[in-house]
Amino acid sequence: MSAEGVGAPLPRKEDDRLMRGRGQYVGDIRLPGMQDVAFVRSPLAHARIRAIHVPDAYRDRVFTAADLDGVLPIRAVSGLPGFKASEQPVLAIGKVRQVGELVAMCVAPTRAEAEDIAASVVLDLEELPAVHDMLAAREPGSALVHEHWGDNVFLETLVDIDIASALDAPITVSRTISTGRQCMAPIEGRGTVVHLDHRLDQLVVHTASQMPHIVRNGLSECLGIEQGRIRIVSPDVGGGFGYKAILLPEDVALSWLALRLGHPVRWLEDRREHLTANANCREHHYRITAYAERDGRLRGIDCEAIVDSGAYSAYPFSACLEAAQVASILPGPYDFPAYRCRTWSVATNKCPILPYRGVARTGVCFALELVLDAVAREARISPETVREKNLVRPDQMPFENITKKHFDSGDYPQALARALKAVDAEAVRARQRGLEPDGRRIGLGLAIYCEQAAHGTSVYSGWGIPMVPGHEQASARLTPDGGLELRIGAHSHGQGLETTLAQVAHEILGIPVARTRLVHGDTAMTPYSTGSWGSRVMVMAGGAVAAACEALRDRAVRIGAHLLQARPDECRFEGGHVVGPSGDVPLETIARTWYRRPQDLAPDTDPGGLEVTAGYKPRRDSGTFSYAAHAALVAVDPDLGAVEILDYVIVEDGGTLVNPLVVDGQIYGGLAQGVGTALYEEMRFDARGQPLASTFADYLLPGAAEVPMARIDHMETPSPYTRFGQKGIGEGGAIAPPAALANAINDALAPLGVEMLHSPITPRRIVEAVLAARLGSDHAREAA
Amino acid sequence: MKPAPFAWERPADLAALVERLATAPGSVKLIAGGQSLGPMLNLRLVEPDLVLDITGIAELRQARVEDNVLVLGACVTHADIEDGRVPDLTGGALQRVAAAIAYRPVRNRGTIGGSLVHADPAADWLSALTALGAEVEIAGRNGRRTMPVERFVTGALDVALSPGEMLVAIRIPAMPEGAAWGYVKHCAKIGEFAHAIAAVRLEPEAGRCRAVIGAVEGPPLLLADASPLFGGRIGPDFATCFDARTADSVLAASGMTDPVDRHIHVTVLARAVAQAARPVRSLLPEAA
Repeated sequence: MSAEGVGAPLPRKEDDRLMRGRGQYVGDIRLPGMQDVAFVRSPLAHARIRAIHVPDAYRDRVFTAADLDGVLPIRAVSGLPGFKASEQPVLAIGKVRQVGELVAMCVAPTRAEAEDIAASVVLDLEELPAVHDMLAAREPGSALVHEHWGDNVFLETLVDIDIASALDAPITVSRTISTGRQCMAPIEGRGTVVHLDHRLDQLVVHTASQMPHIVRNGLSECLGIEQGRIRIVSPDVGGGFGYKAILLPEDVALSWLALRLGHPVRWLEDRREHLTANANCREHHYRITAYAERDGRLRGIDCEAIVDSGAYSAYPFSACLEAAQVASILPGPYDFPAYRCRTWSVATNKCPILPYRGVARTGVCFALELVLDAVAREARISPETVREKNLVRPDQMPFENITKKHFDSGDYPQALARALKAVDAEAVRARQRGLEPDGRRIGLGLAIYCEQAAHGTSVYSGWGIPMVPGHEQASARLTPDGGLELRIGAHSHGQGLETTLAQVAHEILGIPVARTRLVHGDTAMTPYSTGSWGSRVMVMAGGAVAAACEALRDRAVRIGAHLLQARPDECRFEGGHVVGPSGDVPLETIARTWYRRPQDLAPDTDPGGLEVTAGYKPRRDSGTFSYAAHAALVAVDPDLGAVEILDYVIVEDGGTLVNPLVVDGQIYGGLAQGVGTALYEEMRFDARGQPLASTFADYLLPGAAEVPMARIDHMETPSPYTRFGQKGIGEGGAIAPPAALANAINDALAPLGVEMLHSPITPRRIVEAVLAARLGSDHAREAA
Repeated sequence: MKPAPFAWERPADLAALVERLATAPGSVKLIAGGQSLGPMLNLRLVEPDLVLDITGIAELRQARVEDNVLVLGACVTHADIEDGRVPDLTGGALQRVAAAIAYRPVRNRGTIGGSLVHADPAADWLSALTALGAEVEIAGRNGRRTMPVERFVTGALDVALSPGEMLVAIRIPAMPEGAAWGYVKHCAKIGEFAHAIAAVRLEPEAGRCRAVIGAVEGPPLLLADASPLFGGRIGPDFATCFDARTADSVLAASGMTDPVDRHIHVTVLARAVAQAARPVRSLLPEAA
């Protein structure tokens, strides 16, 4: 490993500008003549629009669906059989189906004035019964979100692999487990600035996006404009987590408005819009049964899973990706012989569900890991024993699990063993036999997951959604002074790609990381890519950058050989130099020769020069499998429900780590969000479908005081399929914490007869459960 | 999230302010730290015609001791108290309450007067100042008047200010000799609004106790004579005499019907009593 290549723990280059407040976000863009947009949004979850009254004074400042001639609704259709398509209008037509749905668009020189205009628009709405609960939504007689469907189900799926063979197991444990609806909460909200570039005849859309090329696909389809007339620029992005992997109606509306008015327009999402109108994720409901032998060996898992998909199918991931994914990933890192899973993606009058870091894995891990602990309690064995009995073993690698997921490599039992040792499970259990001096109860919780990442064509073609990843491409260009420019179509929303991809290039070309620049986030300047999602960029763009740099290196060797008056096969490339039998020549000289002194090149030199676009796909594109064992130690105050995280251990295997510092950062960030899912974050709705939080005073995010300083231990089992053995790890940190913390809380409260099965596990919910258990035991005593 | 249009003025002295308050047409809001009013303006929950900025008035920023009473101007910030920039007659009680209010940026701007006038039931000062036996000083065109905090706060977000009146100062009596103080609040996370607050000022030798249960639906519940919570008698052994069942009955009688709510409030009250029984050395907040 060189000091700057793959594996080097380099501080991130981009942090110099980001930490000094010199990042450039959509909100920093100022264009001459730019005006601001505020939307009139539906105050009701479900209503028929009788009329929209616009004051005469503002007729030329307010636009409704009636104005949007030729603009098509957003459609994210899955090809899975039985999927019912929704049409998400850019501005509401006829009906509104969620609070915050766009009804009218108001434009003014400032946002405050635009809000004044919005406040003057009067909506005449006929309220309809709201579909606010995904379980009730499936009952006959429920109100319908999309009447012509006849029910509220986007998609129902079923897999059954011999569940009948498990039914005679001596241990049967059933639980109802659920995760609350959340709002993923990047510091920067969504935002869009659109202007017309008359010189290039292009609509230039600056939008905080994880996937600029996919946004261009969607915009082109909705607006009926050829792709060449649209340029998407995604500047610095202040966190995405999936929220910025979505084409919003606001993007389409602003684009149409810029075309209509001819001057630049801007919409910057405020926190109320973010919380109440746009960002929703995570709401799962499971009825899950585990069948097991008395020693903890699983015989089978049977599950009915429901996901509240909200009102519309969001572009490009669709309304069914999450629930249908549950069926394929619920088995997690475990090997068992029988399985049944039925899923429903249910439409409700809420914001569309969006894929949040970990996507369905966080919910799946929560359901499975909680039920495994329930099996352990039922069998009177330790939680680690249940896991040891069922984890896929290293000698099984590569391993195909019951749902045909192909595990590339890893040693899962070792991760568990190392986590138990690090958290000192034995000492914790000894301590649990005594009483805590402050009356609290301590508990130890485990959770293990696997994270399929960078999965490609073979996986996504089956979903039939608007976006299927293929080969990833990267361009590499040597500059005339010997520096390097890289171009990729994926985009960073905080991952540190400007550093890590420069490290990949350094590994091949030996060019200092400081002399490599990454161009990304601009459809005009980068190769096509589906973008940054699915923890795919380090595998895919990393592989593509390596491929482009290798091609560049080979060309440099040929030019260098000529300069050294040697044959290319006599030369090798080493440390940024072409080394021949009698001397060496640095890349700077080769670059100068190609660009500035072509007279020195061989007559038959390769005309391709020192700029290469190369494509890449792993040898197998079924995905890398990173994984981790999390162990949490908590103290629970049973009277007030307060949970303190005393210790938190993560043993993570991300294959070859390109930059361990960046990986640690990803894990810490994911952990913070996992703590939010576990203990704090929940967007609740009332029976009329009204979201009950509109500020961060009501929607609780964990802060610095609530997030533990985790101890991270790395294993590095390379993937046999990727360029450097690297695996995708971007989401993993957010997957296991809710399960590990819930299991720890349940371990602490088990002596009180309490089991928490719904996230977030708030103080209030704990107190309710503790009091209910006390009441139950009082009744039991009275009866006896 | 931008406010509706409003006019803004910054009167130079109290007389001008009181005059403007009384005569300005339309609705008027005073702004000091703006930590509650700012978001409410932005969310258009209030749309005043005129906002009067009172932070330029020197008198409102002053703090002084008068006859064993600490007088804090309405615009003294939580951070002024936390950092010890104002005198103290409460043995550090005010400082500890101030230090646990929301987050430091809020404490830098937020004022004790603004918090009291906003009268959010979950706010710390409502409960703490009630337990300390504080009074508010109110000014209007017709002069000044004072009243105890518990009469000033008439409901959730409601105080006994007449049109044209404003709160100018808070008068906090010295902690009696030998008194014990306990203040505990329960939040889901640090800095969050409290779900339960308990404040107790005990004088074991005199056999007196003021107890306050806060973060309830209305104004804080004051037990000016809290001896029933201790079996009818308050002595040096008060901590062991605390009677949770009586506290529960008091809450039930006050209209708190949910047993989970009562359990949480009673637990927090019990912990405030326990805290009063042992001297607090640390300046760190005692948040449950």
